Amino acid sequence: MKMELIVAAILVVFIGAFAYVSSTGNHAWSGSDDQAGNVIDKLTGGTYHPWFHSVWVPPSPEIESLLFALQASIGSIIIGYFLGYYRAMAKMNAAATSEEQDGELNARPAR
Amino acid sequence: MEGFLPLYWCVFWFALSLPVVAYGAYKMNQMMKANHDILPLLAVSGAFIFVLSSLKMPSVTGSCSHPTGTGMGSILFGPWITSVLSIIVLIFQALFLAHGGLTTLGANTFSMGIAGPIVGYLVYKGSMKSGINMYIAVFLAALLADWATYIVTSLQLALAFPAASGGVVASFQAFLAVFAITQVPLAIVEGAVTILMFKYIIPLRSDVLLKLNVASSSIINKLKEASV
Repeated sequence: MKMELIVAAILVVFIGAFAYVSSTGNHAWSGSDDQAGNVIDKLTGGTYHPWFHSVWVPPSPEIESLLFALQASIGSIIIGYFLGYYRAMAKMNAAATSEEQDGELNARPAR
Repeated sequence: MEGFLPLYWCVFWFALSLPVVAYGAYKMNQMMKANHDILPLLAVSGAFIFVLSSLKMPSVTGSCSHPTGTGMGSILFGPWITSVLSIIVLIFQALFLAHGGLTTLGANTFSMGIAGPIVGYLVYKGSMKSGINMYIAVFLAALLADWATYIVTSLQLALAFPAASGGVVASFQAFLAVFAITQVPLAIVEGAVTILMFKYIIPLRSDVLLKLNVASSSIINKLKEASV
């Protein structure tokens, strides 16, 4: 549990920092990628234009967030599935070995 | 960042990344043939990159970025194999999310799938050698793999767009100003979450960790006892 509490504390600090920054100024919360694009504009005096465009762009922010959510959930399912599978396996193995030990203990007086 | 790198830089980074990914794929194949029980952990490492790189998080700079999730794979499987996991995620994002990009795939694979993981791997091995607690080693490795990714991204952009006055160094600073600070809180969170993954894996699959040479049996046994 200790580790989870430390991680939770770090997350609380992270959220606190966001809340603080958010309340003290006007921020666009745009992606750092876009900002890098602005830096390129500044460095080249706006003469550089991307020479290739994404093969497919999500037609709306809603669809984009759907796809991002899908990506996260597919990953989470895989992680949860295997951790759960391992956990159950470990439990079953532990139960099986303790049963064996019980069996030996019971068998001892009869020997 | 589709189309944001001039063509010759796109080619350059592809030329650097593709051989690494190819060798990584070969190594991954060999490893899976040698022992099948690494497959689930490989899937979990890939899935971890999938999840973390989809989370655009707000940072103290008032802008958003996302963690990379590559620290876990680098610690378990090393940079070669992590480059393969990364390119899969990057292709997914380039095709379906207009994020990253196909022309910049080589450059992104280099920063996220190769440079970051190499840093993470070296930091992990170095920390373990120094005798530091394994969780702290994991934390540092994941944090620095994440951070190094964005420093290399800044460098890649600086090389492609040197400033008129000050050249590559000046534009490196300009790009670092965008990426480096934004990434610090995210990298810390990534380090913390990666610790949790290891906390759950250590008691369950210590056998695989031993096989992958992630830690010695005495260290793993100590951590297992502590977690009971």
